[in-house]
Amino acid sequence: MKVLLSWLRDFAPLEGDPVALGEEMSDLGMAVEHLQVIGEGLEGVVVARVLATRPHPDADRIQLVEVDAGDGRALQVVCGAFNMAPGDLVPLATVGATLPDGTEIGRRRMRGEWSDGMLCSARELGLGGDHAGIQILPRDLPVGAPVAEAMGIGRDVLYDLEINPNRPDAMSVAGVARDLAARSGVPFSLPEPLVATTAPDRVRSVTVEVEAPDLCGRFTARVVGGVAVGPSDPSVARRLTLLGMRPINSVVDASNYVMLELGQPNHPYDLAKLGGGGFRVRRARMGEALVTLDGVERTLTPDDLLICDGDDRAVGIAGVMGGADTEIDATTTEVVVEMAWFLPISVARTSRRLRLRSEASARFEKGTDPEVIDLAHRRFAELLAPSGARLEDGAVDVRGQLPERRPVRVRTARLNRLLGTDLDARRIAGLLAPIGFAATVVGEDTEVTIPSWRYDSSTEIDVVEEVARLYGYAAIGRRLPSSPRAARLTARQRERRRLGDLLTSRGLSEAMPLPFLAPGDLERCGLPGDGIEIANPLVAEESILRTSLLPGLVKALATNAARRNTGVGLWEVGHVFRRPVADGEAPPLPDERQQLGVVLGGSDAPAAVREWWAVAELLGLRGVSVVNGPVPGLHPTRSARLVAGAGAAVGAVGELDPQVLEAHGIGERVGWVELDLDAADALPRDPHAFRPVSVYPSSDVDLAFEVDEDVPASAVEAAIVAAADERLASIGLFDVYRGPGIPAGRRSLAYRLRLDAPDHTLTDDEVAAVRRRCIAAVEGSLPASLRG
Amino acid sequence: MSGSATPTSSDDLAAEIGRLEDAAREGVAAATTLDELRAVEVGVLGKRSALTAVRRRLGGLDDEGRRTVGKLLHAAVEAVQVAVAERRASLEAAARAARLEAERLDLTEVLPGAGIGHLHPVTQAMRELEDLFVGMGFTVVEGPEVETDWHNFGALNFPPDHPARDEYDTLYVRYGPPGSTLLRTHTSPVQVRVMSSEPPPYYSIMPGRVFRSDTADATHMPVFHQIEGLVVDRDITFAHLAGTIDAFTKAYFGGDFTSRLRASYFPFTEPSAEFDIRRPDGTWLELGGCGMVHPNVLRNCGHDPDEWQGFAFGFGIDRLAAARHGVDDLRDLFTNDIRFLRQF
Repeated sequence: MKVLLSWLRDFAPLEGDPVALGEEMSDLGMAVEHLQVIGEGLEGVVVARVLATRPHPDADRIQLVEVDAGDGRALQVVCGAFNMAPGDLVPLATVGATLPDGTEIGRRRMRGEWSDGMLCSARELGLGGDHAGIQILPRDLPVGAPVAEAMGIGRDVLYDLEINPNRPDAMSVAGVARDLAARSGVPFSLPEPLVATTAPDRVRSVTVEVEAPDLCGRFTARVVGGVAVGPSDPSVARRLTLLGMRPINSVVDASNYVMLELGQPNHPYDLAKLGGGGFRVRRARMGEALVTLDGVERTLTPDDLLICDGDDRAVGIAGVMGGADTEIDATTTEVVVEMAWFLPISVARTSRRLRLRSEASARFEKGTDPEVIDLAHRRFAELLAPSGARLEDGAVDVRGQLPERRPVRVRTARLNRLLGTDLDARRIAGLLAPIGFAATVVGEDTEVTIPSWRYDSSTEIDVVEEVARLYGYAAIGRRLPSSPRAARLTARQRERRRLGDLLTSRGLSEAMPLPFLAPGDLERCGLPGDGIEIANPLVAEESILRTSLLPGLVKALATNAARRNTGVGLWEVGHVFRRPVADGEAPPLPDERQQLGVVLGGSDAPAAVREWWAVAELLGLRGVSVVNGPVPGLHPTRSARLVAGAGAAVGAVGELDPQVLEAHGIGERVGWVELDLDAADALPRDPHAFRPVSVYPSSDVDLAFEVDEDVPASAVEAAIVAAADERLASIGLFDVYRGPGIPAGRRSLAYRLRLDAPDHTLTDDEVAAVRRRCIAAVEGSLPASLRG
Repeated sequence: MSGSATPTSSDDLAAEIGRLEDAAREGVAAATTLDELRAVEVGVLGKRSALTAVRRRLGGLDDEGRRTVGKLLHAAVEAVQVAVAERRASLEAAARAARLEAERLDLTEVLPGAGIGHLHPVTQAMRELEDLFVGMGFTVVEGPEVETDWHNFGALNFPPDHPARDEYDTLYVRYGPPGSTLLRTHTSPVQVRVMSSEPPPYYSIMPGRVFRSDTADATHMPVFHQIEGLVVDRDITFAHLAGTIDAFTKAYFGGDFTSRLRASYFPFTEPSAEFDIRRPDGTWLELGGCGMVHPNVLRNCGHDPDEWQGFAFGFGIDRLAAARHGVDDLRDLFTNDIRFLRQF
């Protein structure tokens, strides 16, 4: 939403530094996104008449233009635009001028032809956004005169404001002025238009039928006669241009001007062409089509509201955009102007469904002022008055359901308790009055009537916000709340941090892959392609939610590999999303869990298992065992599940499947650890109960067993641990041997047991007894035998 | 008695002691290894040494001579012992020096290995912020990234079809009825979860990952991180909101940074504000949004807004983390190039 300082001043005597005024706008909730000073740096730009145009002998995209800059002499200018014809008046930046954007104009040779200056577009003059061609000036300007003087361009300031959904009033120049006037303590007024009226005539025959009073709260039509369609007054055209609208003709410009100034979108129709001489407002029929002003055919539904003519022919989508074939043209002499109030949510819904946003819909969907319509009609007529137009008295005015405006009780104590202020009812009323919130003091409190231009506002808290806004957020003090509790990270949060610290201290860096996958990513990682899809992805690469951290981390490794970073170790703690496996009613949300993934470039499965044991020790997950077996995505003979007791797997460890590596262009072995942290949270943890450390000498026992290859070492170890009693202080597998002396299909596993007792040195007999029990347990339960 | 066979004069013995001492000293000085020194030591001070033999001959002297020569002998033996000790010390020092020299290393040959890993800069910023707010008495609460429409919008006072929803570029997921399930667009749904699951008061922050349907560029990512704050108690005011924002500003950015609140709009707070941080050089950083929790949100979570009131605030973390390290393209944060990650 753009506003001009000079335009704001039509409604309030706003003084002071334009930058400071901009700060006030931002503070009031109309954030200044851009501030532009207009009309500076136009010295040396003069009105010139185009004498002739001819092609450049050596270039197609530029032409030679001969202009008269007032002294009757023909100047040659090279120009990149082709929108001017002999006789047109154009702005010429003469040699020596400096344009607002800093361009210095010199006598230059372009492709062999001399250019004595430059013809300018509106943007180059700092007069708005139009850069499509050279700005064609009104024909009655004196040739040779400075453009700024000839066009009445004074110094002005253009603000581009960001208007929030709760500020329908600020969607108009007048509304912004009202807010600023209230803040600045200067009077605000909407001038009464000076307009000649005639007795009701044609307006009497205009019919209006509103069939959807729930969506159309008010529909008015008035007739303006004696219209002569022509160019707008330059001051009108200029303001429109600066606010980003292209001047079309006096009638269309007046319509747009009224919308920008008062926030009331409106539509002028050529009365002579209006079918049936009236309007019908109804819901569209399913599949009904209309070609809108932008030339696009729109297919509608009964949720969309249509403006039709008296013959029930659709002429516009209510609140969004008019139809293509009702435009005003040079033959128009009588105009019927439609101004209405539409239900905001209905306009928003239609505009969103059609993906069709317009200046009108932006206003209607925030809620326009149903009571500004009468003024807006008069203002429209006033703008056309110089060409002889007259407003017929009388209006067709049909009211449907408009929002009720009941007075709101604002409790002073509540307001102060919310804001931390100490305002009394009179002060509150005083802050509200300038923005049209009429407040009556009732005892300690106020009864506030919300103005018709604040559709957003209807409750006590809405009024409290207005008081806070006008009082000024900065004027409200600052205090620190004091929490009644001593806060601390939860055990789970502390554990996550320690996990991150452990992995980084082990040389692994934290990665952050996006949680989105492309179709085929899961399959390329050997995983089932059953990820939950995103319904409205921007790109296919980001259309599926990950079910595993594996694809993201493998991609990260592949990115590194492609950049010649090998041996990279990364980890991530992140969420994965799966369809819940549930009987009966589906849960409200997918199965979302937090997982740990560790990817070890250049490392094999044993290295990954060592990482797992480090994690397990940190988390106290000694009860989770490594169980050999295939895991999707992992090397079929170098992978294991992490199993808690007799329960389900809570993770996996091993090496990535060579096929997966090949599919990602990774040329080294890659270790992998995956742990479901949410599942791990539920597992029993090592309580870290104290075991006395013996001060008596310990004894070591070495046991080497010859064991079938298909018996995992963990089974041998488990048998030993179960057989040894509390005298077993530690156990380690210190040698694995295959080769001469051991039959094929078996290998030797050599364990060292350290035994001790808390209260004495173990005797040889005690040590021997433990040894015997361990041997018996292993040989008795497994296809294993003690080596001699 | 043997003494009588060769009568000896005190002077002769004294002279002999002098000669023996000189010879012994020469022998000690000539030893070049500790083994040689040990042999010399036995030769000049041992039982069979000439000096020991002289001691036996003292008996042949008169009392006066015995006393005088005895003293001389004692001094000579002591002097030789000192010479041996000194020589030993010197030889040991030389041996140790030789041994150490043989072990000499050039420690600059040692280059850093794989080194330690590094926490992601966003995680580092997240931890800092969490610690800061924990220090102010806030607990840290997390919530799911895939959310229901109710938690992300409905409970937060966004009616269906409300234009304010358009600003969130929501990504919906195919789960449940169309439009019912989405990737949370902000961390605010965690407010709803907190306020719906336990009684007030609330002093919490809610960090987490959020999602928008946005094309990745230098300043936008479809995935980023936010931190949300929620304080609800009986008498929490807008002034407390402003004070909290300012305290956070100074604690996180530095004592010479200040903050301001500007009127704004969010469906779930009223009054609402944007908060900006003023850098010491006078420039402003637009950081986040905040406001007093809207009565409808409190009602939707089962609380009476006349009894409980408070504020909420939220802001993005990624830009802060990037700015702190001079990273000017947010995409770099998510490329996972080890050469990037290693720098933080």
